[in-house]
Amino acid sequence: MAVDGAQALAWLQRAADALRANRDYLTELDAAIGDADHGTNMDRGFTAVMAKLHPADSDAAPADPGAMFKTVGMTLVSTVGGAAGPLYGTAFMRAGAALAGKETVEADDIATALDAALEGIKARGRATRGEKTMIDALEPAIEAYKASLAGGADLTAALRAAADAAEEGMRATTPMLATKGRASYLGERSIGHQDPGATSTALLLRTMTSGEEGA
Amino acid sequence: MAVGLVIVSHSQRLAEGVAELAGEMTHGAVKIIPAGGADDGGLGESFTRVRQALDAAASPEGVLILVDLGGAALTASMAIEDLPEERRALVRLSGAPLVEGAVIAAVESSIGSDLERVATAASEAMSMDKGVAGQAGG
Repeated sequence: MAVDGAQALAWLQRAADALRANRDYLTELDAAIGDADHGTNMDRGFTAVMAKLHPADSDAAPADPGAMFKTVGMTLVSTVGGAAGPLYGTAFMRAGAALAGKETVEADDIATALDAALEGIKARGRATRGEKTMIDALEPAIEAYKASLAGGADLTAALRAAADAAEEGMRATTPMLATKGRASYLGERSIGHQDPGATSTALLLRTMTSGEEGA
Repeated sequence: MAVGLVIVSHSQRLAEGVAELAGEMTHGAVKIIPAGGADDGGLGESFTRVRQALDAAASPEGVLILVDLGGAALTASMAIEDLPEERRALVRLSGAPLVEGAVIAAVESSIGSDLERVATAASEAMSMDKGVAGQAGG
């Protein structure tokens, strides 16, 4: 089973829809420990992404996934308007570079792309797991994805395992003390709140599954 | 030419204010370019504004970027990566406190110091004595 440009585009559309639907929720989470703009920013970014990738008046075939993700990354950097822009932007650009030139993407390629995205986020944010960030959703998701594939699961099942692990990681950010990002300025008061970045990451990973499940 | 400065803040007015304050010390001898706020001028970060400010502040001596909060450093680092390779080595990102760092860097730049020295001076703002009793290190 492989993913082509059309399927990647469909995923991005589901991601944009999910971010739109959860815009207020993400902003609410961000209001508790940040600057109350995460939902608005992500929605703005992905709305711009979809306008760029799939203009309403165009019937051109979608680009390959790698080229598409590169465009996604660059668009997010220039439109998100918060720290999530450089972070998700870097993640998509690195994932795009990892998939460069491939017309279709296999399950193993997705692991490579996710690894590249994670490394990009860690380098950009100088962050590691356990600091109450998107890494706390993404890293366990990648581990679960790889373990699932290694255990013989197909792509669909592996993506579902990744999304489940991301949501578990997202919930695990609640008792954490934030040491990176705006929430770190709150010190101990950041404890007891779920991280908005981990939440949007879990949403994005859930939309990579067929899309019929909600986060 | 003097080392140029870019002031990156989540607030457009804060960036402009810091640029104004630092500029008061140098009387136009140093390019101090504010890059504050989101694309619409509200609170936030704008890659486009920071990237354009890097062009506006460009100097053969280099450019030092000062930021208010961590998120601004992320946007600044993206903007540096977007530069042509030969210009990247001429840009430095400072972790100095914004106001003190900008003022000290502006002064240092105005007396003809190189990028290395301006960057070092800015980071020394961390331990600047404001003459307040009880200040750490003061």
